[in-house]
Amino acid sequence: MERIETIKKIASELTNELVVCNIGFPSRELYHIKDSSTHFYMLGSMGLASSIGLGLAMSCHRKVVVFDGDGSILMNLGSIVTIFNQNPDNLILIVLDNECYGSTGSQCTYASTVNLGKVAEAVGFKYRFFFDDKNKEFNFKEVLNSYGPIFVHIKVKPGNADVPVIPMEAIEIKDRFMVEIKTSK
Amino acid sequence: MDSSQAVYNALKISGINFVVSLPCVNLSKIMKMVDSDKDITHVPVTREEEGFGICAGAFMGGKNPVILMQNSGLGNSVNALASLFELYKLPVLMIMSHRGTEGEFMSAQIPMGIATPKVLDALEILYFNPKTPEEALKIIPEAWKIAETEGTPVGMLLDIKFW
Repeated sequence: MERIETIKKIASELTNELVVCNIGFPSRELYHIKDSSTHFYMLGSMGLASSIGLGLAMSCHRKVVVFDGDGSILMNLGSIVTIFNQNPDNLILIVLDNECYGSTGSQCTYASTVNLGKVAEAVGFKYRFFFDDKNKEFNFKEVLNSYGPIFVHIKVKPGNADVPVIPMEAIEIKDRFMVEIKTSK
Repeated sequence: MDSSQAVYNALKISGINFVVSLPCVNLSKIMKMVDSDKDITHVPVTREEEGFGICAGAFMGGKNPVILMQNSGLGNSVNALASLFELYKLPVLMIMSHRGTEGEFMSAQIPMGIATPKVLDALEILYFNPKTPEEALKIIPEAWKIAETEGTPVGMLLDIKFW
């Protein structure tokens, strides 16, 4: 499946969850599908989506969904060790794995030879899901109804949708996101 | 006053309730104090840049975050400080054991020790250099106030002689 279709499918199931979305095209694609005050779009700090999500999950009671990528998680692999040890039950870490750095011209990552789901299993993640094209009708409700931390590994096709950059300033993204969190407490 | 106790007390006065840490021999006492404080969430991490990401998330979730680290870790955090903290105007207090300063016994610590203030200057990050526990107790709450008000990281460089 295309990444944007996968994001669309997941986004359609989300209601009140907070979302941290990885830098580059994943954020642009999510914004294009649906914008919401529950979304935090990363415009920098590649590799830190899972860490931002962990800090957030440990600081509020809402469920936190992170859209991460294979290249990004490989840059910050220690993060899954920290997540496992801190054990937040409200964190869902989704790795959209296209086996390449999609936003910089699809240079290959090592995710084609290293199974990131197996890495998460070895670290100790109890709740894991794997989806690829053979499981097209994947049921994200099942993921949302589980308690984690949850590692969701999804194989997607390389390539980006033709969507424009997000027309929001970083501070605007943050302020709106924080108001959303504060008013829900 | 004991230097570690002064830093811990200052964090409490500041209302810090979320601490990310990486070990340094000079920080070990503070890490123990933080770890046994039930009002502080303590998250040991694997690398400083990861820690900054966690602090950013924690602040947005409503916490007052601090990172305890050795100055050596500043080098691998530069992009997070610029393209996350500066870009989104996020606060964090960086309590840094500053190795490679006067009294350093390990020559390997000297290059990064010298580079540290210059790296902070390049990032236009405000930092303080309290020399005594009393000074730290006074400056740390003021530094956090600045961080919170301005939405910016603020550094606290604690030299070898401070401990």
